[in-house]
Amino acid sequence: MSFLRSRFVQAVVILVGAFVVLRFGIRPPAPWSVIQIYMAVVVLAVLIYVSSDTDSWRSFVDPIRATLVDPGRRPVRLVLAVLLPILLGYYAYTQAAAGPEAPAELRAVHPAPPSSIQFRSKEINISGVDNPLRKDAANVKKHVAAGGEIYVRNCMYCHGDNLDGHGRFAAALNPPPANFEDPGTIAMLQESYLFWRIAKGGPGLPRESTPWSSAMPAWEDRLTEEQIWQVTLYLYDATGQEPRRWETAH
Amino acid sequence: MRDLRVVRQAVWAAVPVAALLLTVTALPAAAQEAAKEPAYRAFPLIGSRLAVWAVAQLHLNFAAFILGVPIFAVIIEIIGWRTRQEQYDWLSHEFVKLIFAAFSTTALLGAFLLFLFVGYYPKFWTYMTSIFFPTYWIYALLFFAETFTVYLWYYGWEWLSGPRKWIHVGLGVLSNLFGTAILLIGNSWVTFMMSPAGVTETGALKGSVWAAINNYTWMPINIHRLIANIVFGGTIAAAYAAFRFLNATTDEERARYDWMGYIGNFVALSAFIVLPFAGYWLGREIYAFNQTMGITMMGGFMSWLWIIQAILIGVLFLGSNYYLWLGMERIPGSERYRKYVPYMLTILAIGFMVWATPHSLIVTLEEARAMGGTHHPFLGFFGVMSAKNTAVNLMILTTFLSYVLYRRANRLSIRPWVVTGMAIQWAAFCVAAAIVVFYGVYGYFVESIVRIGFSVYQVGAVLGAIVLVMTIDIPMFRGAKSTGTIRWGRIPARSQYVLILLAVTFTWLMGLMGFARSGIRQYWHVYGILRDTSVDAVTPALGYAANMITTVTVVFFALVMFIFWLGGLSEKGKAGAHGAAAMPVIAGGSEDPR
Repeated sequence: MSFLRSRFVQAVVILVGAFVVLRFGIRPPAPWSVIQIYMAVVVLAVLIYVSSDTDSWRSFVDPIRATLVDPGRRPVRLVLAVLLPILLGYYAYTQAAAGPEAPAELRAVHPAPPSSIQFRSKEINISGVDNPLRKDAANVKKHVAAGGEIYVRNCMYCHGDNLDGHGRFAAALNPPPANFEDPGTIAMLQESYLFWRIAKGGPGLPRESTPWSSAMPAWEDRLTEEQIWQVTLYLYDATGQEPRRWETAH
Repeated sequence: MRDLRVVRQAVWAAVPVAALLLTVTALPAAAQEAAKEPAYRAFPLIGSRLAVWAVAQLHLNFAAFILGVPIFAVIIEIIGWRTRQEQYDWLSHEFVKLIFAAFSTTALLGAFLLFLFVGYYPKFWTYMTSIFFPTYWIYALLFFAETFTVYLWYYGWEWLSGPRKWIHVGLGVLSNLFGTAILLIGNSWVTFMMSPAGVTETGALKGSVWAAINNYTWMPINIHRLIANIVFGGTIAAAYAAFRFLNATTDEERARYDWMGYIGNFVALSAFIVLPFAGYWLGREIYAFNQTMGITMMGGFMSWLWIIQAILIGVLFLGSNYYLWLGMERIPGSERYRKYVPYMLTILAIGFMVWATPHSLIVTLEEARAMGGTHHPFLGFFGVMSAKNTAVNLMILTTFLSYVLYRRANRLSIRPWVVTGMAIQWAAFCVAAAIVVFYGVYGYFVESIVRIGFSVYQVGAVLGAIVLVMTIDIPMFRGAKSTGTIRWGRIPARSQYVLILLAVTFTWLMGLMGFARSGIRQYWHVYGILRDTSVDAVTPALGYAANMITTVTVVFFALVMFIFWLGGLSEKGKAGAHGAAAMPVIAGGSEDPR
């Protein structure tokens, strides 16, 4: 096992090990874009590790230098001279080849909301506004129940009966419907943000959120202002999430 | 001949009179022209926005340098003055020499920027003048005061030495006060554009100009830029030292610039540790001013900008630590601490990965389906601020640990209470890390507004640990037994490339953050008050911005190298240049100048 003391071997083992863990150890699989970022950090860290002192650096570089110049390593050089271009060529091919799948795209999941919107010819403030139904404490449960009914009638088919984005139609949609159980979705947003998203749907998204590819309808055509607030109440109640509060001025 | 001279003098005397007459007669025409002045003019070839962007970024880079360096130059001078160690005086002089060379370039770029505003954005500039005109005078006067003070500080180095040294140090302090005041005024204009205050809905000033100056983001940016300037100054000075180190022909020169590079990096690192906290405060104030602006910045089309920022800051953390670890090679006795390097590196790398995990993932449809949505059920935890705050605080603690180990690398404490002292120090590290992790995890179980408040506890724990550890460390290692003197100059050359990399990375980062700050205004010159109706009223994509920032960074370093080369010309042929006699102490490494 003395070869494990070589910094070069250690570096290769760490790199391969890190890739295996990131590629196969994370379930469900991590997106390729994230693995690339992580592997870039690992490569940087490994280079720092092997070069953080002179002895270590020498131990890392010596086998590379020997492979490049040592007359006895000529067969290894020949194999590498063939293998490396093939690997790089294969990588280039995988990057350039067109597949049946749409390419990955960068999409702002939570775009910035406007300060106000026009809702059926009425201006509704989005900035600094809380759900008005919460003020009616005596009837909150009634509003939640009404919101649940609205959800089942209109939203469940895509967002799922568990509010996890796994509705009947979800498999056909790209981007997939939002998973409200995820702490990275509605828990990070104020209720008025949800009002805006429900009212204006996909067509009302700003460009960075690719409005052309969202299947979310603009519910202002079908639901009243109160109904949208009711379903918003229901979403938080059913998932156990708390809506984000507005920060106060200093 | 005499007649000819008289004629020539008369002609020269007539020129200003003619110019004055021409100006006076031209004024009515100019006034009429001004009345129908267009809102915008187009800068040739590249357009007005790119011209302003490039010159503003260059001006800011130079300004940050000349405002940041004097802060630590004067501190180093005071150390040299009080401890009577001449190498500090030499170092301070060396730092001031750098800013002195860059001073006029900063002023020229500032004037150029002003011309661009007046000429190409006249309506915008007229509006800004209607609000901030009184501050222009103060700014100009402060600039005069700053210029004369710095000139006197630099040229009076020999003249005001010895018993008059306190006057010289006073000039250094004064130049810092003037410089900071200039920064505060400039920041008021910039922050007003982001978060206008003290004006009516139509943009007219309501009362005093102070309300416009003291807007939401003014003080956070003041603090953030002040700290960032120190980091920037430190990295550029360290890069200069690295450049001189790599070109050095003697061991003495190599030792001198190795030490200078170390100090520059130390200054940058010390300030850099608190910079994320100041940035976080600024972000919170932007949110508090306008939620839409905050979300545009963090969650909207700029969300990936923060991934690039995380990568750059990760490089800065790794680079700074790497430099310290490489520097241990010149310290006899440091071998006993080498075993900690892999652990520290692992924490930094994992922290880097968490920080660089995007909230908005780039995913294919297949990947999204496998994840059950656009959020990953596991990686999604790393995409939010709880995880990122935890990661950055642990990275800061680790970097501080690196420095503590470096600091004591060639020292063995002789205090009887050393075991207790070290136990308390390790306990402080562990408790701080535990607090950071606890609030990081707890943050997932509370609502957002409560979670935001947790960052204060995390920061407090880290800063508390730093203060406690240093409070123990300084007396514990005072008069310590030495395991050998530091061999300045004996450091691998790659360490110097790291210093240059840090300077380039930080310059690029400043450009990126400038784009973020300016870009979140979107199609407004002054947010919500004065709309940008020019042809450039779109926020450029990140790739476009990155190309622009890279170009300006390259130009900046080309200018810096030229200016430093010019500054170096004056040294040539001067054997007895300032402070050279003090250097054998450093070259021999018989003293530990930390």
